[in-house]
Amino acid sequence: MLQAADVRFAYRPERGGTAKPVLSGVSLVVPTGRVVGILGPNGSGKTTLLRILNGTLRPLAGHVALDGQDLATLSRAALARRMASVPQETHLAFDYSVIEVVLMGRYPHLGAFEVEGPADLAIARRALAATGTLDFEARSFDTLSGGEKQRVIIAAALAQISDEREPRAGTLLLLDEPTAALDLGYQLEVAALVRELNRQLSLSIVVSTHDLNFAAGVCDTLVLLRAGTVLAAGAADVVLTPEHIRALYDVDADVQWHAQAGHLVVVPIGRRA
Amino acid sequence: MKTVRQRFIAATAGFGALAVAATVLAPLAGSTPINLRRALDPSVPFADNVDAQIFFVARLPRTLAGALVGSTLASAGVVFQGLLRNPLATPFTLGVSAGAALGAMLAITFGLSLGWAGVPAASFAGSLGAVGVVYGLARARHGGLSTNVLLLAGVTMNAFFSALILFVQYFADYAETYRILRWLMGDLDVSSYQPLMTALPLVVVAFLAFGWLARPLNLLSLGADSAETRGLDVARAQRVAFLSASVATGAAVSVGGPVGFIGIIVPHLVRLLVGSDHRVVLPASALFGAAFLIGCDVVARTAMSPVELPVGVITALIGGPFFLWLLVRP
Repeated sequence: MLQAADVRFAYRPERGGTAKPVLSGVSLVVPTGRVVGILGPNGSGKTTLLRILNGTLRPLAGHVALDGQDLATLSRAALARRMASVPQETHLAFDYSVIEVVLMGRYPHLGAFEVEGPADLAIARRALAATGTLDFEARSFDTLSGGEKQRVIIAAALAQISDEREPRAGTLLLLDEPTAALDLGYQLEVAALVRELNRQLSLSIVVSTHDLNFAAGVCDTLVLLRAGTVLAAGAADVVLTPEHIRALYDVDADVQWHAQAGHLVVVPIGRRA
Repeated sequence: MKTVRQRFIAATAGFGALAVAATVLAPLAGSTPINLRRALDPSVPFADNVDAQIFFVARLPRTLAGALVGSTLASAGVVFQGLLRNPLATPFTLGVSAGAALGAMLAITFGLSLGWAGVPAASFAGSLGAVGVVYGLARARHGGLSTNVLLLAGVTMNAFFSALILFVQYFADYAETYRILRWLMGDLDVSSYQPLMTALPLVVVAFLAFGWLARPLNLLSLGADSAETRGLDVARAQRVAFLSASVATGAAVSVGGPVGFIGIIVPHLVRLLVGSDHRVVLPASALFGAAFLIGCDVVARTAMSPVELPVGVITALIGGPFFLWLLVRP
């Protein structure tokens, strides 16, 4: 379980200015085995919150705890073995093969001069299989499409939080706008993958997104972020209302249950004048 | 697919054999032909063995200087490219060579007398000065190292030092100007083992750091944030990379002058052959860099014999077109 309590954060101010708070007292809970979505307009603090949850930023006040342990007390490697992050997009500085990229996920499991062994290779292959990318193993990462890259990076994340064979129960996956750069087909593919990883491997997943329908289809609970504070949080079908969408985006929207999709569907009607 | 260990062994053996062959064969080339078997014959006393004297006293120091400078600049190039996440970075991108040039120039112009060590010591001090300024600037605005500030500060320092170099050169007389120019071209004519032994400890320490850096540089290829969430202390890795590669470059330049293009040609050729994993690229580049610069120096010594060209001219003649090809390569 990942818990954030009253997290406050501000980036260092420009010369002469004052630090503008980005997060002013955000609390949230990611229960083990659940998918939690973070929604909010641009500049609401989603990415900053995600970076505080994954430990790359330290909160100025408040704290984040993983299974009751404050992140500040965990070593980078210990944290990396239990929590993996997937950025919106990954550009490699040099050309690596897909299997090399996935094996980089094994970094926190190896000593400074240790080399990946057969066990690590088996874990990497299992992670590729879980994301349907085993066929790409020997391909150059740069030659893959955006959606294929996204799945390979998710595989690297799975390899990172895998212990013996598979990701342990209670390990976490943090996804930053995973569908932002993808076409409709790949968006649905990533949605299906997120649900599958959650159900089959009992991963806890945090996903920030602008895609309300993706969130409705994938997330158990939602946290709505506005100007650095939590506007509302709770079960997806309770929180996703026209009133909240209006408050977040200044947009009138129709929210309906879609029987065939099996989840709420949001239809934006127009921007409020 | 071969494992990293198999690829490491194959690359080290292959490029190592090349480096050893170059080191043994290069001293045989020159205006006076010598015989390797006679030079290595232990039954003839050294004082009577002319071949051995030419081999060990006249030519081997220069060959070993090529090995030291070539391997150092090539592997420092790999580290800088990984640190800056930019395949077109060189060991000189961040101002190390410009600082070294200014130091060497001040020593030549104003006659610093430390025997043979005057110019190398001044050039090393100059490179450290430049590195210190760039490092301080890159840390000033952020907690960690900002690679953007590093690049901008390095490029600016290169321009600024070039202006200072012209300023100092204005006060030099003809003989000094000639020496300065020769130094700037890069020249491996060390004439004794002394400069090599002085630079060697620094290079050895830097290479140990490079060994530790191999895996962190792989992770940095993904981006700083992704590396951090995989458990890497990014700020520390960047610090170690910048300082070790800068000190190694400063030491190499103090021996051979700013020999250009080695730090970019060699890493790219090696990556084409062995892939991008730094655990293979770093040792392969170090060994191939040694062989490559020794080879270039043989060309420099023999192409227009009896005139000896500075080796920097040869590497630039090969490196310039190669660099352009890299830019437009499909």
